[in-house]
Amino acid sequence: MVTGRDDFVIAFRSAFLKKKDKQKFSLLTLLFLSIFVIILSNLNFKVIKFIKIGINEVVYRSSFLISIPENKIKKIDTKIKDHLKIYDNYKRIEIELETLKQKKLSNDFLKLENTKLRNLINESIQSEKILAKVLIDKESPFLKSIVLNKGSKDDIKIGMAVIDRAYLVGKVIEVNYTNSRALLLSDLNSKIPVLLEPIGMQAVSSGTGKDYGEIEYTKKEYESKINTEEIIVYTSGRGGLFKPGLPVGKIDKDNVKKINFFSDFRQLEYVNIISYNIKGSN
Amino acid sequence: MSSLNKISLSSFSYSYFPIVILFISVFNEFDFNFLKIEFFSFNFVHILIFFWTLKNPNHLGYVSIFLAGIINDVIVGIPVGVSSLCYLLICLVTAYLRNITLSPNFINDWLTFLFTILLINSIQIIILNLIFLIEINYMSYLVNSGFTFLFYPLFFVIFNYVNKKIVIILND
Repeated sequence: MVTGRDDFVIAFRSAFLKKKDKQKFSLLTLLFLSIFVIILSNLNFKVIKFIKIGINEVVYRSSFLISIPENKIKKIDTKIKDHLKIYDNYKRIEIELETLKQKKLSNDFLKLENTKLRNLINESIQSEKILAKVLIDKESPFLKSIVLNKGSKDDIKIGMAVIDRAYLVGKVIEVNYTNSRALLLSDLNSKIPVLLEPIGMQAVSSGTGKDYGEIEYTKKEYESKINTEEIIVYTSGRGGLFKPGLPVGKIDKDNVKKINFFSDFRQLEYVNIISYNIKGSN
Repeated sequence: MSSLNKISLSSFSYSYFPIVILFISVFNEFDFNFLKIEFFSFNFVHILIFFWTLKNPNHLGYVSIFLAGIINDVIVGIPVGVSSLCYLLICLVTAYLRNITLSPNFINDWLTFLFTILLINSIQIIILNLIFLIEINYMSYLVNSGFTFLFYPLFFVIFNYVNKKIVIILND
């Protein structure tokens, strides 16, 4: 007589090894193959690197083509929303423009003064921008990243800053021949050194996996100082990864740990990848 | 003659329906993020693989599932092979379920589906977080599993309809 345990073993073995009419490999073979691929993909051999780059190139391009209909729907959705809000937007922009005009005058003066001061200490920041199109912006609930259409053939390197207009959105984490992947600031694994102005405090901006970031590793008196002022978060340039002074976001008034990013990561179409070097500094 | 062509064309499109949908969904990664609904996400691929490998495994081969997993990993940006392993584990559960089931029951399937997605999401978290040290949002995984579980009946009805069509057309 067949016992219950035997039934289980037979059913389980059959599930592992039995092939259906049209299956070329058994499940067990493919399960082992998956584990082998996981191990292989993390080895740093040149051949594996080239195979990985090849796969990435083909998959990213194919994904871009297949995503065209969904991207069209997204654009239509955004257009409709924009049309519905057109009057409110116009009024808000009018006020903003007036404020910005006033700020620009003082900003121009500060820029000139900054250049003069840097010249005095023989220091200058040179940066290069490379315009890139966003091929894939699939924000999975688990990882937030975008794929760009510029790669090693355009001199893109790991660690370069990615900006949308003037605002920092992330950094390059993977470079293929014609494309690259950038990790967004909202990703849980994103940690960048920032400067909180005007209080002049150093901190680390950390992603949360949601639309906003979080302030970490700052001074104890941070919370008491922040209640009185409007705080803008800029890159500090510490660690030499990012150009100092790139705007990141604004501290939320209700939650002093929360950073509302300036850029909307769901609307990215074109971004700039920037590299920089400081001449004259040690 | 033309009706014969029509039948062969429709039988062809129906029999390749699961594979085509599988590859479109991994390449496209329907994320609905433009809807700006916080926390809303579900894993369509898990539903698709579970249903077809359970009900009609001849139309969704293990090799296609393995390749779809590789593509999914490349697009999402996680270590290559992780999704393949998870997808194949779904196949393992469905193959086992097929072997022990004499009379299929929707509730049984649905509960097994819940067990399966919780199992594979746990395995994915273990691989990503503990082995590759990638930080992940546990709540996103939990919510994703919840919505995937809730959406299963809806897609079950659609896929069941298509499956019946396939059987009818191929038997004609």
